[in-house]
Amino acid sequence: MNRINQKLQEDKKLLSIYFTAGYPNINDTVSIIQDLEKNGVDMIEIGLPFSDPLADGPTIQASSTQALKNGMTTEVLFGQLKGIRQSVDIPLIIMGYFNPIFQYGVETFCKKCQEIGIDGLIIPDLPVDVYHEKYQAIFENYGLINVFLITPQTSDERIRYIDSISNGFIYMVSSASTTGAKVGFGDQQTQYFERIGNMNLNNPQIVGFGISNNQTFTQATQYAKGAIIGSAFVKYVTNEGVGSIKKFITGIKN
Amino acid sequence: MNYNVNEKGYYGEFGGAYIPEMLYPNVEELRQNYLKVMADPSFQKEFDQLLKDYVGRPSPLYFAKRLSEKYNTKIYLKREDLNHTGAHKINNTIGQILMAKRLGKHRIIAETGAGQHGVATATVCALMGLECIVYMGEIDIKRQAPNVARMKMLGATVVPALSGSRTLKDATNEAIRDWINNPVDTHYIIGSAIGPHPYPDMVTKFQSVISEEIKWQLKEHEGRENPDYVVACIGGGSNAAGTYYHYLHEDDVNIIAVEAAGLGVDSGESAATSVLGKEGIIHGCKTLLMQTNDGQITEPYSISAGLDYPGVGPMHAHLCKTGRAEFMAITDDEAMKSGLELCKLEGIIPAIESSHALAIFEQKTFKPDDVVVVSLSGRGDKDLNTYINYFNL
Ligand SMILES: Cc1ncc(COP(=O)(O)O)c(C=O)c1O
Repeated sequence: MNRINQKLQEDKKLLSIYFTAGYPNINDTVSIIQDLEKNGVDMIEIGLPFSDPLADGPTIQASSTQALKNGMTTEVLFGQLKGIRQSVDIPLIIMGYFNPIFQYGVETFCKKCQEIGIDGLIIPDLPVDVYHEKYQAIFENYGLINVFLITPQTSDERIRYIDSISNGFIYMVSSASTTGAKVGFGDQQTQYFERIGNMNLNNPQIVGFGISNNQTFTQATQYAKGAIIGSAFVKYVTNEGVGSIKKFITGIKN
Repeated sequence: MNYNVNEKGYYGEFGGAYIPEMLYPNVEELRQNYLKVMADPSFQKEFDQLLKDYVGRPSPLYFAKRLSEKYNTKIYLKREDLNHTGAHKINNTIGQILMAKRLGKHRIIAETGAGQHGVATATVCALMGLECIVYMGEIDIKRQAPNVARMKMLGATVVPALSGSRTLKDATNEAIRDWINNPVDTHYIIGSAIGPHPYPDMVTKFQSVISEEIKWQLKEHEGRENPDYVVACIGGGSNAAGTYYHYLHEDDVNIIAVEAAGLGVDSGESAATSVLGKEGIIHGCKTLLMQTNDGQITEPYSISAGLDYPGVGPMHAHLCKTGRAEFMAITDDEAMKSGLELCKLEGIIPAIESSHALAIFEQKTFKPDDVVVVSLSGRGDKDLNTYINYFNL
């Protein structure tokens, strides 16, 4: 069974962390992953940097730009991740925009992911229809779970459709925004979380966007299986360096 | 061969809507409504009326006698430079502002390169009393200062795009991010035949008034609707799409697309996408774009801000791939020289974008009785600083 599905069966709320590969330094990728696991993170999204990250706010834009300047490429990332499964057990997901994956060749990319032991992909600008029509068979062939986003504006009908095509979890974007734009949740978000909760979807939901600390993590996971922290972690690493990841994770968990 | 968009939003293999889910409701709302709205007689009436009374259409189709003599062929200029605000861009913004109103949007965002689209958007927002925010690369804000001032006078807020190359591509990214953050009340007026479906088709249809007019105007001049060639410069490709539209399926009409070669196609400082680009995804559509082997979008260069874009609209990618259009690349120097030549021979100061289209006569020889229609997409007022610096005027 795919590590993501296994993890989702555990009787706990999951903490997933996003970071940009190759940031702050080109060779930080593996040590960040190992540190995150050691400190009790349940799942990791490895950001494959892109020159034009449309759905990202200033924090992840800046980390992506720096990572590219540092020399990060798809090939370099795969090189760094080779052998990662000797030291890391938790699910690993690559999050990246479609163009670099398309240039690499979707099938070659998926094959490489399988070899390394990547469990899933999040590609925000690969539409559900195109995935379904052109790429689903390839992803499945290489044992990869593709994760789709929903937002407060996504219609029930479309959520059901996305649910029917998903086979891991649904990435529930807390509010319509780019990453890092808003922090915290209001009534609107909790109503939305409840609405989705009441739909009894086949796939569990993990909340992302707007989670930065213990309070927002607790709030989000009241309604969902887990939560993803991205910008807040990248910002933390920017300010505090990669040496004190433990402090950040401990702060989230209690 | 079909050169128009198909029901799934593709031109051959190009186009589509490669957008994050956050944008789906907005783009889908537009997709479901744009054809219906455009077909509504009350919409058409309002659109036509504004094009006539406010924009000043039809724009003349002018036989450029001295230019024709120089190149020994028959050159007609489609005078989009005489439109209100000085370029073809306003055809599209009039259409889209009426669309936005019918969709109940009251906040308008736009990206701009040369500032022509920003001015055209600010203009229609003033006309309709709607809030207007224009994203513009920091570099372009400097090189197109008069247009920044015009936008401000028209009541728009101009927001500098500080990321990446700080030009049109980055302004477009910022506009898309704004739209993601404002999913309900905002309409994004894209300024070229780019972006996710239905934008390329919608913009093309609003600009198609250009070739609709050329048909009957040329009939008056030459007794025939079809020229031998239609020529236009391509940034994202909106003036070109409008100039070609009614001729796409007329086999006797040759299509010439003119890209900016910058300092030279192989110089590393160029915006000639059809030569340097590969298939990929930019700003929500699959098309040809300039990128590294690794799929990172690269920074283009042209002296003309309006052509300084690393992609090309999906319709043009299809025209290129199928060979329906001939693509030519014109350097900064060639364009500047042809711009000045038009001033001296015809008393018309063209936009530097349009000067690229005029420069093909130095590269390609036409027959004496060939009828060549060139889209003079805009006037040169906005470029005076660049002309002054380039020619030490
Ligand atoms: C006068 C003029 N011509 C051409 C262009 C290029 O745009 P497009 O390719 O969409 O016509 C611009 C863009 O700013 C412009 O201002």
